[in-house]
Parts: sequence; C-alpha cells; structure tokens
Amino acid sequence: MRIKGIPASPGYAEGPVFDLDRSPASYKAKASMMEEKAALEGAIGKAVGRLAALIETADGEAAGILEFHIAMLEDDALSGPAFASICSGQAADAAWRAALDSEIAGYEASDQDYFRARAADLRDIRDQVLRALSEDGEVASAPGAILFGEDIAPTRFLETDWSEGGGIALKQGSTASHVAMLARSRGVPMVVGLGASVGPPAGGALLDAEHGGIIFSPSAAEVEAFRQSASSFAGRQSAARTFLTEPAATRAGTAVRVQVNIADPSEVDDIDIATCDGVGLMRTEFLFGKTLPDEETQYRAYRKVLEWAGGKPVTIRTVDAGGDKPVPGFTIEETNPFLGLRGIRLSLKRRDIFLVQIRALLRAAIHGNLKVMFPMIATPDEYSQAAALFAQEQAALAARGVAHKLPPLGIMVEVPSVALAPEVFADVAFFSIGSNDLTQYVMAAARDNAAVAHLNSVRHPAVLRLIAAVATFGREKGIPVSLCGDAGGDPAAIPALLEAGLRDLSVAPAQLAMAKAAIADVAV
Amino acid sequence: MSASAEATVLITHAVGLHARPSVKFTKLAKTFGAEVEVAVAANGPWFDAKSIVKVMAAKAPKGTLLHIRARGDGATKAVEALVGLVQRDFDEGADHARSA
Repeated sequence: MRIKGIPASPGYAEGPVFDLDRSPASYKAKASMMEEKAALEGAIGKAVGRLAALIETADGEAAGILEFHIAMLEDDALSGPAFASICSGQAADAAWRAALDSEIAGYEASDQDYFRARAADLRDIRDQVLRALSEDGEVASAPGAILFGEDIAPTRFLETDWSEGGGIALKQGSTASHVAMLARSRGVPMVVGLGASVGPPAGGALLDAEHGGIIFSPSAAEVEAFRQSASSFAGRQSAARTFLTEPAATRAGTAVRVQVNIADPSEVDDIDIATCDGVGLMRTEFLFGKTLPDEETQYRAYRKVLEWAGGKPVTIRTVDAGGDKPVPGFTIEETNPFLGLRGIRLSLKRRDIFLVQIRALLRAAIHGNLKVMFPMIATPDEYSQAAALFAQEQAALAARGVAHKLPPLGIMVEVPSVALAPEVFADVAFFSIGSNDLTQYVMAAARDNAAVAHLNSVRHPAVLRLIAAVATFGREKGIPVSLCGDAGGDPAAIPALLEAGLRDLSVAPAQLAMAKAAIADVAV
Repeated sequence: MSASAEATVLITHAVGLHARPSVKFTKLAKTFGAEVEVAVAANGPWFDAKSIVKVMAAKAPKGTLLHIRARGDGATKAVEALVGLVQRDFDEGADHARSA
C-alpha cells in the first residue's frame, strides 16, 4: 500500500512502524483540591526537570526549542486557568488539558504558517505534563523505527535515538514545524501530510522522504526499487558534500567562483561562508513589505550580511520592485508590468525612497566588501543618474561627518539592449547577468506564465549568444561579469554557461553543492 | 514620581516575535522592575512583556511595528534595552551560525 505525502526532510528509511498515537495511561484523581493542585504543580516541575536534562545534550537549535518549552511551562499565564479550574472542582489532568486545548486552538486558528506550527509545541507541552501526572514512563521506539502518527512532539524527536536510522511519517504535520527543522538539520527523513484515512499499520514500511511517500507491507519488488533509490540518493548526497567545502573547478582545472543568492539576511545563519565565494546577489525587495523600511532597518540588514561574509564580496541589488513584485505605496499598477516602471526606472522616479536605500548602503559599506548593482538598466543614462545620486549622498554624509564608503557600482544585464551593446556601459564596475529576465525578454515569454514556460530556456542559442557577448566584452575591457539567475544553479545549464565564457556564478544556497559538482564535470 | 517610556521598533527577525526570540524578549523584560507591555497597534491591546504566553499571543510576525511601553522604576532603560534586542535581531547573528 503506497501513500503519497509531502517531503519535510529528504532521505530514505526502512524499518518497523512505531505508532505515536497509542493512548497514554490514565490519571488517578486525588482526594482533595489541595492534592490536585499539588499534583499539577509537581507534574509541571517534573516536565521542566526532564526538559532541562534534555538541554544538556542538545545542540543550538534543539536547545532553543527546549528553552521555549520551559519558558512556557514556567509562565503562570499558562497554568493559571488550570489552577482556577481545579479550585472550582476539576481534577488536575482535565483542568490542565482544557486550559492547554484552549491555548492550542488559538494557535491553530492563526493565518500564519509559522504560528500555526507552534500548536505542535503546545500539544507537546500539554502531553509532557499529562505524562508526568499519570507517572507513566514513555515506551521508547525500537532503533531504526519509522515513527508514524498524527503529529510528533519535539521532545519525542529529541528522546529518540536516530543513530540506527529511522524516520518520521505524519498524517498531519507541517514542513515548518520545529521537528521538521530539527529533522533537516540532523538528516532524519520525514514526510508530512499523508492524510487522516491511514490506520496504524502493523509490520514494516519504506519511507521515501525524497519524493514524499510511504509504502506499508511492501512487496519484494518494491523493496528492491526502494533500496536502489535510497543508495542513489546517498551517493548523490555524499558526492555533493565532498564538493561543498572545496573551491569549484572544472575537470580541466579552470577555477569558477560560486557565490550565493539571498533575500532575507537571516538566511546567512544557515550558510557556512567557507562553502561559497561571497554573495553574488542580495535582493532587497523583502525589506519592502507592508511598510517601506527606514534607513536604520536597511542599514542593519546590509551590515549583518557584510559582517557575516568577512572580507568576501557581497553584491547588493537596489530595490527591484515592479514587474511580478508589487510593493504597496511604491509600485504603480500597470497593464504590462514586466515592460513598465520597474527596477531602476521606478527608483529614479521615486527618489525619496531610493535615497534612503542609498544612504543605508553607503553607511553599511564600511562593514565589509560591498558592491552595489542596479536592476533593469537599459541605457547608460540611467546608470549615470543612479551613480550621481550615490555621489550626492556620499557628499552629504561626509558633510555630516557620518562614517561611510562609496562601493563599486555595477549593473544587471537583463534588458537585451545592454547585452547587445555592452560597449556603451564601459564605465560600470561590473556586470551581473540576470538570466531569468534576460531570457524572458529575449524570448518574449513572461516568467509567470506557465503556458509559455517551454520558451523560457536560457539554453536557447539566442540567449547564450548574448551571454557570451557580454562575457567576451568584460574580458577584453577588464570588467568582471557574473551570472545570478536560476540558470547558475541548474546542473543542466551550467556546461553551456561555462562554455559561453562565464567563470562566476551565483546560486541558491541549497544548490551550492550540486552546482559545484556539476562544474567539476565540465571540460572547459 | 513614576517614570514612563514608550517606543516602537520594526521586527526584522525572519519568524517575528515567536518561540526563541520571545524567550529572549521576556527574559530581558523580567530583569527590570518596571511594568512593561507590548502591542502590535498603537491603541492596543497591550500584553504583559514578562509573560511568554502573552507575548506569543500578540502574534507579531516579521515586519510588525512593535509598540513597547513601560511604567515605574527604570522604565526608560527597560524600553531602550528591549528596542535594542529587537533591533539586533534578538542577537541571532554570529552565535547562531552553523556550518552547512
């Protein structure tokens, strides 16, 4: 029996099924209200003690989750309603369950994924105390088992011995849950959303958390196919890992710089700077959410990434709003937004907003190796205007005695006019090819329209010829050229990009290892 | 004389004032004698900044303009310290970095 789900942490597991949803032992009511109160106090204390003991052996992320559970348990605001119910005659277990269930319902009703996912933490907190109340030790799962149930408590994850393998298969669950985060960082395979209809099956199962699915009571043929997929996955993973920590080079030994694309500054927390050559593209649109960000907010965001990168380059793109990225209070509604007021066109029109970003960038530049690039440049005049604004704000900061630095200013190559006539941009400090937009403009196929997706290929000779022309021009004039579109991390496109003369790619952090592995396979 | 202070700060942390950040936030708030409250709108509702259950209930995601107010001993210092913590992204910079 094969059931499809959603992969939450990739990998494969084969083993016995452990049912997470067995009903726990029951609580014995006490003789008086005082004893009920004391029982609940004791159980909360016991749960906190168990969590504190777990923290001793937990690493950063897991310890953070346990600390959160302890802080919740120690907060009178959580237990208050339960103690009040005990005073009006309820037993400790029923009072605690009711108090927590109402708290859990509040989280489940949230419209934010992250917040809704915290309901699992609250259920965990609830059950830890209930377990302590009934003084029933947990039955541990067998080593290598696949834990199967509605949802899983973070403490259950942490108490499980994963050294023998095993995995997690949930009927409900969320890829944003604490357990999903832990599973990804520990490499424990996990699938969520298998659906409510599945009963607790006996015997063994095969968990495919690469594609998202589980097979109960598998046939010999299914086991055979599963083991092949599992070993191919393990092979790909370990091969890519060996590339991750090494500088990228082709089969012929040609060095290739591989940087990362990021949006939110917190993304760098999960990236080891030693595995990449810097940030080839930091998008700044994420800062422009419901409200326009002030200078201080932007400065801190840029500074965080620059400090993380040490001396390695960080290329920040000025806000690229418009097109498929509208920003309330900034962008304008247009009938054809991809060909309208977007990127630098909009920034030059709304200088009040642009100048705030320029000042934040100039101030942040002293904290690392900053480069700044402008999106959607079509003419040299746009570049000159933007560069003049940097010079103007630099002078203003100097006059006020504010620490700052003028970073090298480059441009995105995404409008075909730039790729066709790069010589009119000989003043720029660098070129960065935005292959997604360049392709959509060359092929006249909107990126967000699935009906024309087949036309949107960076490997079309017309697109590759333009990329090669820019690479050649840059080499002749000594102007660095890089590429930061999705194609840079696509193993199928990498050979063509290197053959076109590129030696500098910027990819999504998750694609770093696979991109380096693909580069090592290219002959140039 | 009873001191009071109030400020607003933009939450830039990826997950907002949730879980780990809220642990740090309430721990810091508890170090001050002043009564401290938070809200996601200028006109409230206001939540006790020393209770993680209440702070979580404020449901403040990334991009929220968080209002912080304090009354009593060290009110100004309390507000300054909490604003600083939010501005520093709850100190989840270098100490939180992991190898990939």
